[in-house]
Order: sequence, then structure tokens, then C-alpha cells
Amino acid sequence: MQIDIMEMIRVFAVGGGICVIGQLLLDFTNLNAPRILVLFVAVGGILTALGLYQPLVDFAGSGATVPLPGFGYALVRGVLEETAASGWAGVLTGGIKNTAAGITAAVVFGYLVALIFDPKSKR
Amino acid sequence: MKYNQYADGFSPAPTCLKNCLLAFLTGGAICETGHLIRAAVMSAGADAETAGMWTTVALICTAQLITGLGWYNTLGRIGGAGAAVPITGFANSVVSPALEYKKEGIILGTGAKIFSLSGPVLAVGFSVSAAAGILYKLLGLL
Repeated sequence: MQIDIMEMIRVFAVGGGICVIGQLLLDFTNLNAPRILVLFVAVGGILTALGLYQPLVDFAGSGATVPLPGFGYALVRGVLEETAASGWAGVLTGGIKNTAAGITAAVVFGYLVALIFDPKSKR
Repeated sequence: MKYNQYADGFSPAPTCLKNCLLAFLTGGAICETGHLIRAAVMSAGADAETAGMWTTVALICTAQLITGLGWYNTLGRIGGAGAAVPITGFANSVVSPALEYKKEGIILGTGAKIFSLSGPVLAVGFSVSAAAGILYKLLGLL
């Protein structure tokens, strides 16, 4: 396993930086966390469509793909690649195809966890 | 004037600075974890795409397990947006309402509420991606 310190710094800085934007929105606007998640997915998708998010992914890797804009990026990239390959059908299939593992894992494992565990009282 | 300067030193700014610093550290650490998982999977012979997939799955499942144990709330209280914005925050938003509404049954409680916070994210995400595809096609870019 190769460890590239500069790459790790870029990942941390960009990933942390995106979260700081979220924190500023939480502190200075009336947006709550669920709304910020929606906003970030949308912004990530739009930036990807404009060709502006790919450079950030090339620069920071997981720092750009792990935060929620990276989910929008994966959806839009999936649609554009699939549309290029198989035409109009790709508009409907590409997004979920490219994110299927994450979405299925989140729903299936989430369901399992919710069935196994009991809600904890809020402290 | 002096008093205002003095008072400014205490009101919101320090809290915000502290929140931002904690969000930066928490979010950065989660991304770094993803980066290391990805590097480990790739060194085991997986290509970049497969490694990215397993990284996402690993982060999601870990975050959901931690949510089940009741620890993700603590992470959220400390890290704020640093815990909410990464994909682990999305994974948490899938489980927490499902857990919360368990008493309403495993179909209409757990099963339905699993999408009460994550549904909007999926709805908007899918819509933006479909719109991007349609626009690219109509503009003749693909």
C-alpha cells in the first residue's frame, strides 16, 4: 500500500473544507442538516454537469467523492457516461447504475440495523 | 467603542470558529478514512472503480452500525456538519428515522421512514442527474 503524504493532505483539506462550508451554512443561515444534504447533492451534480467538479475529484480524490457533493457527482457522471454509450436510455439508467452499490447498501444494511437495534434515548 | 470591540471578542465568532474547526477535523478525518480504505482495497488488486465502490459501502455500513449503537449522534454533536456532510451522514440519515419510528411497525414504521430524510436527497439527486442527461442530449453534447 502506497502512502502519499501530499495526497493525504489534499484529501483532508478538501474534504474538511467542504464540511466547513456546510458548517457555515448551518451557523449563518436557517438551513438545517437535511436541507444542506439536499443542497450539496444538487450543487455537486450541477457542478459536475458544468465540468467543474471533475477537476476537484482529480485533485483531491476521496476528499471530493466522500462528501455529499460527491454523490451528486457520481449520479451525473453515471448519466453522462451511460447516455454517451447507449443514448436516451442512459438518462434514466446511468445515475442509479453508477451509485447502485452505495444506495442498496445504505437501504439494506440500514434496514437491518434498524431492525436489530433499539432506538437510544436522546441525551 | 471599546466595549463593542471587547464584546465582539466573545460573541458568536469564537463559537463559529470552533464549530468550523471541529467540522473541518471531523469531515477531513472521515474523508481520510475513505482514502485509506480505497488505497488498501486497490493494493489488494482492485481497479479504481471497484475500490471506490467498496469504500463507499464500507463507510456507509460502518456509519450505520455506529448509528445503531447510538454513537453517531455524539459524533454529530461534536463535528456538526463534519459528521453530516460526508456520505456517512447520509447513511446515518437513512437509519436514524427508521430506528426512531420502529414502534410503528417494521413495514410502515421502519420501512417507510428509512426514506423520510434520505428520500429528498435521492429525489433531488436523481432529478438533477436526469436533467443533466437531457440537457446534454438536447444541446448535442453527447
